[in-house]
Amino acid sequence: MQFMLLFSRQGKLRLQKWYVPLCEKEKKKITRELVQTVLARKPKMCSFLEWRDLKVVYKRYASLYFCCAIEPPDNELITLEIIHRYVELLDKYFGSVCELDIIFNFEKAYFILDEFLLGGEAQETSKKNVLKAIEQADLLQENIDFQMRLFAGTVCRNTDTPA
Amino acid sequence: MPAVSKGDGMRGLAVFISDIRNCKSKEAEVKRINKELANIRSKFKGDKALDGYSKKKYVCKLLFIFLLGHDIDFGHMEAVNLLSSNKYTEKQIGYLFISVLVNSNSDLISLINNGIKNDLASRNPTFMNLALHCIANVGSREMAEAFASQIPSILVAGDTMDSVKQSAALCLLRLNRTSPDLVPMGEWTARVVHLLNDQHLGVVTAATSLITTLAQKSPEDFRTSISLAVARLSRIVTSASIDLQDYTYYFVAAPWLSVKLLRLLQCYPPPEDAALRSRLTECLETILNKAQEPPKSKKVQHSNAKNAVLFEAISLIIHHDSEPTLLVRACNQLGQFLQHRETNLRYLALESMCTLASSEFSHEAVKTHIDTVINALKTERDVSVRQRAVDLLYAMCDRSNSKQIVAEMLSYLENADYSIREEIVLKVAILAEKYAVDYTWYVDTILNLIRIAGDHVSEEVWYRVIQIVINQDDVQGYAAKTVFEALQAPACHENLVKVGGYILGEFGNLIAGDPRSSPLVQFNLLHSKFHLCSVPTRALLLSAYIKFINLFPEVKPTIQDVLRSDSQLRNADVELQQRAIEYLRLSCIASTDILATVLEEMPPFPERESSILAKLKKKKGPSKVPDIDEARWNVNGNTEHSENTEPTNKSSPPSLMADLLPTNRPRPASYSPTILSAGNMAPSHPFTDLLNLNSSPAAGASLLVDVMSDLSTPAPTTTTTTPAATDVCEEHFSRFVCKNNGVIFENQLLQIGLKSEYRQNLGRMYVFYGNKTSSQFLSFSSSVTSSDTLKTHILPLLPPLLTVNIHTKPVDPTVEGGAQLQQILNIECVTDFSDAPVLSVQFRYGGTLQNIGVKLPVMLNKFFQPTEMTSQDFFQRWKQLGVPQQEVQTIFKAKHPMDTDVTNAKILGFGVALLTGVDPNPANFVGAGVIHTKSTQVGCLLRLEPNPQAEMYRLTLRTSRESVSQRLCDLLSEQF
Repeated sequence: MQFMLLFSRQGKLRLQKWYVPLCEKEKKKITRELVQTVLARKPKMCSFLEWRDLKVVYKRYASLYFCCAIEPPDNELITLEIIHRYVELLDKYFGSVCELDIIFNFEKAYFILDEFLLGGEAQETSKKNVLKAIEQADLLQENIDFQMRLFAGTVCRNTDTPA
Repeated sequence: MPAVSKGDGMRGLAVFISDIRNCKSKEAEVKRINKELANIRSKFKGDKALDGYSKKKYVCKLLFIFLLGHDIDFGHMEAVNLLSSNKYTEKQIGYLFISVLVNSNSDLISLINNGIKNDLASRNPTFMNLALHCIANVGSREMAEAFASQIPSILVAGDTMDSVKQSAALCLLRLNRTSPDLVPMGEWTARVVHLLNDQHLGVVTAATSLITTLAQKSPEDFRTSISLAVARLSRIVTSASIDLQDYTYYFVAAPWLSVKLLRLLQCYPPPEDAALRSRLTECLETILNKAQEPPKSKKVQHSNAKNAVLFEAISLIIHHDSEPTLLVRACNQLGQFLQHRETNLRYLALESMCTLASSEFSHEAVKTHIDTVINALKTERDVSVRQRAVDLLYAMCDRSNSKQIVAEMLSYLENADYSIREEIVLKVAILAEKYAVDYTWYVDTILNLIRIAGDHVSEEVWYRVIQIVINQDDVQGYAAKTVFEALQAPACHENLVKVGGYILGEFGNLIAGDPRSSPLVQFNLLHSKFHLCSVPTRALLLSAYIKFINLFPEVKPTIQDVLRSDSQLRNADVELQQRAIEYLRLSCIASTDILATVLEEMPPFPERESSILAKLKKKKGPSKVPDIDEARWNVNGNTEHSENTEPTNKSSPPSLMADLLPTNRPRPASYSPTILSAGNMAPSHPFTDLLNLNSSPAAGASLLVDVMSDLSTPAPTTTTTTPAATDVCEEHFSRFVCKNNGVIFENQLLQIGLKSEYRQNLGRMYVFYGNKTSSQFLSFSSSVTSSDTLKTHILPLLPPLLTVNIHTKPVDPTVEGGAQLQQILNIECVTDFSDAPVLSVQFRYGGTLQNIGVKLPVMLNKFFQPTEMTSQDFFQRWKQLGVPQQEVQTIFKAKHPMDTDVTNAKILGFGVALLTGVDPNPANFVGAGVIHTKSTQVGCLLRLEPNPQAEMYRLTLRTSRESVSQRLCDLLSEQF
């Protein structure tokens, strides 16, 4: 896979993951072009299209479009299910995920994606295993947050400044 | 500054995001962002050291701003600092920032690498994973330099956690993609292959991707993965759907892993081991069987995952292209999908069938679906599906269905989407040319193209129709009549005016006998379009007018009046003005004879690759244009042509393209050639097909006599098979291995120059004899001789090795002092050979008879057609030619300075395609091509490895024929 884009029906980019080195200008150009192309397509159309020398696989979930660019020998249907599995992972993690979850917790969306896909290839396809990895990280985060809270409390009292 | 509650995520970030979302306008958003940037900058610059949490929060805000599409020019340092935090969450944000905003600032890179290094060494799997993810996400060369050698050991170490192995495998894959030269192969590769046996399916999944990438680079090192992959695949496809627990996806067992394993197997040819091969066939059959079973779930995910595996299995079947039963089953399965209610499946079925169409086993099976595909073209609502249908029709087209397919494409073109019109036009033009049985159909088709989609007809298309009409005298009258009729339409496309102007200018005389298309009518018709046309078209029309003056003296005054008018003579456009003035002047002062010479009919165009095909390849990329040249010819249907042609029509198909090879065509009368010795005219010779005669040698021969009968010049040239009496000059022979033009012989009296061109198994050589003296050569004659070895091949059972037909201008057997004489040799390679023909020249100079023998540089490699291929294809074919006799290798000392550019040029000159990016060592040269002989085609792969220190080369050639490998090796190794 060369890249994955998540964007809204209004064309706002919500997540971008690039697995090939490109300059920012090129990334923006590709994004603009592709968002336009995909949004112009009607609901019943097929989920694949040829675009430049790549194949684009996309699917709409509620207000969000998930869009992947793959190379000619890559498998379209399995890419469609990569998208679905990612949606399932987000859904399980956030609990019936919506666009807002991804906007406000964008960093989490990236972390989950990294556990699932790496270098453009599926790293771990078991839903359980991916979520376990994320939960472990969260656990670490909570422990640290707990320590932080104590620490921050001390700081507040001593310096008497608002947090 | 909003209040922050640190216990509850990053509250400040959430507030900031809400603020941005509440912005009513772009300006308000920019204002809010600038305020935030100022705030963060002041925090970072402030005297007070920031705690980790604040740093993390601000870095995260910067990241958010960047992802919104704004530029970020600071904060990198703070992000790098976060890497060294021992708090997971801070480290994580630091890594995320770096992954997204890669900056090749060298100071930071070393700091980042330092952070990664510490984490890799930490033995904490969570930290190690973060570091590996970062390397994989950034994938820069600097990172590859720093870590490429370390990651393999992490990957294969016994005590590495599964999740770390997975990250390490894909991290290595990414580095191998960006900097393959930095990923060292070594003893770890064998251990990586064994990860295919790992108990953890996640590890297997990641490892399979890595192995596939590495196997494309060096297939030999990973050959052992075939059996492991087949075993693994077999276990998956036969497992009950619950066996694999969480790796079962909607009742489909490990679909991702299955697809990847099938992909890996596509790096190799079918397994040689019979047991392994049958096990793989069983797997593929099981997958095909499952497609027929009732679905276990109504969910689309179930059918998608199942079909993903099925399509990948079909790709592998097509890739192997060796099991006719599987290919036909695959084709039937795809046929079912063609009518499926899911648009996605219809799309994919059309796409896969395109590749199936080029397999000789399944081409016929694909053709049975023609009606469904045509129906798809008419009824599909989605343009991308219709596009696939067009592609498939193009791929399945052959002589038996070309009329139907071209007609359907033309009718679709009337309503086709603008985005794909140009491509359809190119495809129709190519098919019409390729499968034309008669040229009238071709001309009609192209004119229809211009009528229906004139705007999308590129120059290449109308240039091509003119080339063909000029080169084919039997269609010229028809073409003139047809364009004349087409021009009658009140509104016709400018491209039609161009074609019409050109053709009537050349061949208007052929229809001038009919009063309805008398010269004046023709002229008035063309001129009625003149004022609506653009400048280039008008310029073309002016040239047509002057040609009319030559063809039809009676319209001269009318045309002169037009040229003389102010709108021409004083035209604001310089080109038009100049043409008008010059043509007018020419028509006034030149005598009829001069006019006739200047305005003579255009000579035939030299043959080259169809410019249209080149354009389509450029448009679609060569890999996407199914090669209709190679696969199709042996499956021609039941036209009157194939009834008469010999089975050998695979190498010389009766198609228009082959007909156009000038080698086999009598020149139009203006060239006045004579065929002095017809040599062997094989029954299937394209020459006879071209003229649509019954393809019998007798008919071909009688025609030759017909065309040439008015030319009674005695023959100064003969083709013989008697050896020449004189010593044969070979001095410059080897210089011609990699080039086609130059001086082959020179003494004080005579210089012999050569210009030659080759196409497939045919060639044409122009021989120039230059008299260097100031006196006449008398009784000048030349002959071409085959040597003894060559002659043995001509003996009864074997067909002649080289058929040399000599066509030359009728020359007086006298060559004046200082004059040059030209002779044309037509060459046909019948089978592979190693001895070159000899040219013997005889003439009298000052009373002495001069005898000169020259070895003609006709070598086997001249009949190469270059073949472009991917690294994967190259190595696969290389493997397939693995029999020891097929390989010839030689090591030799460099005779010339070792210059890469020169070597590149020589290899290209040798006739093969130079493949870059195939050999892992960029200093090596790799090439591929196909030798075309009349009876067969021999694929050839070569590799040249220079060793500059030792000033040596090693040259390896693999072809399917020992004699060819050896001969090519001998020829090429002399060149460096």
